[in-house]
Amino acid sequence: MVSKIDNEKCLRCGGCVSVCPVDCLLLDEAKGIIVDAKKCTSCGVCVNFCPVGAFSLKKED
Amino acid sequence: MLFKNEYDVIIVGAGPGGSMAARVCAEGGLSVLLLEKRQEIGAPKRCGEGLRVSFVKHLGFKETEGFVTTMIDNTCLVAPNGKEIIATFSDDKGSILERKLFDKALCYKAAEAGAKIIAKATVVDVLKENGKITGIKAKIDSKTFEIKSKIVIAADGVESKIARMAGLDTKNRAQDIDSGFQYEMAGLEFKNPHRIYLYFGTSIAPRGYIWIFPKGKTVANVGIGIAGDNKKTAKEYLDEWIETQPNIKKGSIIEVNSGGIPVGGLLKKMTLDNFMVVGDAAHQVNPMHGGGIEEAIIAGEIAAQVAIKAINSGDTSDKTLQEYNGIWWKIRGKNLEKIKKYRNLVEKLTDKDMNILAGAISGTALIDFALGNGETVVKILMKNPKLFKLARHII
Repeated sequence: MVSKIDNEKCLRCGGCVSVCPVDCLLLDEAKGIIVDAKKCTSCGVCVNFCPVGAFSLKKED
Repeated sequence: MLFKNEYDVIIVGAGPGGSMAARVCAEGGLSVLLLEKRQEIGAPKRCGEGLRVSFVKHLGFKETEGFVTTMIDNTCLVAPNGKEIIATFSDDKGSILERKLFDKALCYKAAEAGAKIIAKATVVDVLKENGKITGIKAKIDSKTFEIKSKIVIAADGVESKIARMAGLDTKNRAQDIDSGFQYEMAGLEFKNPHRIYLYFGTSIAPRGYIWIFPKGKTVANVGIGIAGDNKKTAKEYLDEWIETQPNIKKGSIIEVNSGGIPVGGLLKKMTLDNFMVVGDAAHQVNPMHGGGIEEAIIAGEIAAQVAIKAINSGDTSDKTLQEYNGIWWKIRGKNLEKIKKYRNLVEKLTDKDMNILAGAISGTALIDFALGNGETVVKILMKNPKLFKLARHII
């Protein structure tokens, strides 16, 4: 499993970046949140935190 | 674009903390570069926009500035059972800002003082020599530049990467960050636009609250801040609550905001050799009400003063910059840590407890409590056998 972001929903607030315990998220002003799938441990902290529910845990592609 | 390849100080992030630091450094005679990754400073906001008027004046502004949308006389706290407590500010007033204008106004001051500011400039890395920070690497106009400085100040917000790149752990634990969501709404009608409303209840805003901050007679920020580990999202809680409020439901949404509010886990260490961190990036937020503008600005001021002294003395080592740590902890950190303890207590309150409290406590005492003067509230809690156990936690 890996964390997936829906950047259509994302409001670019960056809160998730600060809670990710493995530092696998990056806020890009143009693209939104970029998830480093290799680093992600699918812990789900970002899913619970996100104020708009833009994250979900999905199977890796 | 005209900028040098070396400055005394580079500040990353042009929010209130960063631009204040830039202004003070520039006024102190330093050469300053302030970089902001967004294309427009101050937008989109991640904030309820409240700031006390005396602090607006402290910054050298008048209360009639264009960025002050409304003056606030009092707060109405609404208990889960609907009981309203009005808390009037005795020696100060509140103001609701237009952050887009306020943040820019702070930047104007910094630029007037001589700081160089560049928007849409993303800092992608820090430069290091022998393990010490010597500047930053930034993307400006899709080109990458290496710019040197004697000190780098990270004011890059809750998502701060710069401090982490530099070697400070600024991550928030899940329990230390609140999840915030807000609509700016128009087409509302306020009988009293000089009053803010705060709604409490474990079912509407678990371990947090819902706020209405009017920005005039017909416009308001309607938002929610809750603990960041709830089953539902902040947006879902707020949407559900708005459904129950006909007077709010009829309004139009003119802006949507969200944010992470670093309400816990203050940093014990905020400096390295040639490096300091301020504001949300350093978790400098009032843990009770979640306000961070004032905290960031105070920290930016202190950091800048220490930076000026350090650069003039030719010693920008961690040991010298730690004076910022010391001053900040003395004048703000200690108090915020106390408020955090109060918050831990408040988080334990059930709706029933809150209703009892609402029946026993004056608005003024509650405001004092949120600002770190909790003695009155504790005394009242001690008298009530049902709340005695909770009171013991904070004394």
